[in-house]
Amino acid sequence: MLGAITGVIAPALAMAASPPGAASCLGCHTVNGGDNPVPPIGALEAEQIVSAMQAFRTGARPATVMDRVAKGFSDEEIKAIAQWYASAKPK
Amino acid sequence: MTLVEANSTYVACPFSNAVIAGLRELDQQKFGYDRLRGNGIDVVHRKVTAVDTKSRSVRLDDGKQLAYDRLVVAPGIDLRFDAIPGYTEASAEAMPHAWKAGEQTLLLRRQLEAMNDGGVVVMSAPANPFRCPPGPYERASLIAHYLKTHKPRSKLILLDAKDAFSKQKLFEAAWKELYPGMIEWVSLSFGGQVTRVEPATRTFITEFGTHKADVANVIPPQRAAAVAAIAGVADQTGWCPVDPVTFESRLQPGIHVLGDAIIAGGMPKSAFAANSQARVCAAAVVDLLRERTPASPKLINTCYSLVAPDYGISIAGVYQPANGLLTDVPGAGGVSPMEAPKSFRAQEATYADAWFKTITRGVFG
Ligand SMILES: Cc1cc2nc3c(=O)[nH]c(=O)nc-3n(C[C@H](O)[C@H](O)[C@H](O)COP(=O)(O)OP(=O)(O)OC[C@H]3O[C@@H](n4cnc5c(N)ncnc54)[C@H](O)[C@@H]3O)c2cc1C
Repeated sequence: MLGAITGVIAPALAMAASPPGAASCLGCHTVNGGDNPVPPIGALEAEQIVSAMQAFRTGARPATVMDRVAKGFSDEEIKAIAQWYASAKPK
Repeated sequence: MTLVEANSTYVACPFSNAVIAGLRELDQQKFGYDRLRGNGIDVVHRKVTAVDTKSRSVRLDDGKQLAYDRLVVAPGIDLRFDAIPGYTEASAEAMPHAWKAGEQTLLLRRQLEAMNDGGVVVMSAPANPFRCPPGPYERASLIAHYLKTHKPRSKLILLDAKDAFSKQKLFEAAWKELYPGMIEWVSLSFGGQVTRVEPATRTFITEFGTHKADVANVIPPQRAAAVAAIAGVADQTGWCPVDPVTFESRLQPGIHVLGDAIIAGGMPKSAFAANSQARVCAAAVVDLLRERTPASPKLINTCYSLVAPDYGISIAGVYQPANGLLTDVPGAGGVSPMEAPKSFRAQEATYADAWFKTITRGVFG
């Protein structure tokens, strides 16, 4: 019954300081990659995350789902998420 | 940190519709808890039978007590065997629900395999809210894929207690394209509400008539799993009201609830949503234990459905607390485009598969 929280125990301490929205990225993205068609988020620089999210939001960069997700975040929120992933490198 | 979980093997529901359709094996749905043990987590395979909110302790089915500072409850759902006259736990042999993955999944698969070409499959879907809103329609699609491949003279009737469903336009367009004439969706207004079933003859009775099935799949109404009521966190609807920032119960301080069991506002009852909620809840619990105020969160959900093995569609949403619930961020989210090349649908099917691998690895190691 405490089951669903299991996967987040190890990163929970790091996540406690994460900006709004950052935790949900890990539903699809890994941090360090592996055999996966979804790009690992920890491999990106902050500017790369910001410019990708902005391009997804305007539709300049084609996407299957990231266009719909990016529209839910403001410039400030995107910047905070990008900086956090670029510096915190959660597991 | 103690994790109490009744079963030593978790059988995942996402992709279990592909198991029913013979596209995947049940073993690929199974996960164990061993890798969590090394992470400073005590894993106890017991059932919780009582929660004492005054002394802040939990009782297990071996009589042991566990004290807690904060309790996090993610119990999932119970199927309501009191909701459709004639549909009891025993009827689930003749008319499987397969809405909790495991033996039921295999039972429905075997019944499809045993059916003659030209047979009729009847499914029924409940009114909202229920686990995995697009799930019944993904299931209808993949069963149709199985029938088209192996038993092309057969047919599927889906009796629905609703007039609209998740990703409806995308599903209906895909059915027309991939399975013409094979799936008949009967909405509430056209007699989709099942008022009674007769398991012995696999018959569904609606206000408008009767449907006799060769293979029957009843997806009954649901409620938060029993332990939610035991802990006093479920309200009269059967579901659990929570604070959208901390997931703390509105009924019992010190107990947090997440996943399918909660009243989540705009967020659907999905594994993706439960996982997003779990991450936010864990961070909030850490904050509260350190006597800090948790910041207002944002959460994402993305649900993929397979209409065929190489044809995926999705629905996504971004949510934030508003008016005491998790509410859609305006302008964000939505479903896959109606017009899209085959390569787009194939890519979404690939991402669906990748999502399953990532989330199960994230949770179980
Ligand atoms: C056919 C189907 C397809 C689906 N496809 C998708 C999909 O593609 N994507 C998606 O995101 N979601 C999908 N879902 C939904 C997903 O399975 C659920 O939303 C998810 O499992 C919810 O997680 P949860 O932690 O709330 O509950 P659960 O996964 O049910 O976990 C609850 C756990 O609590 C344990 N438990 C309950 N009571 C007690 C007790 N008293 N003591 C000890 N342990 C207890 C149970 O044993 C269980 O392991 C699908 C569901 C179905 C049925």
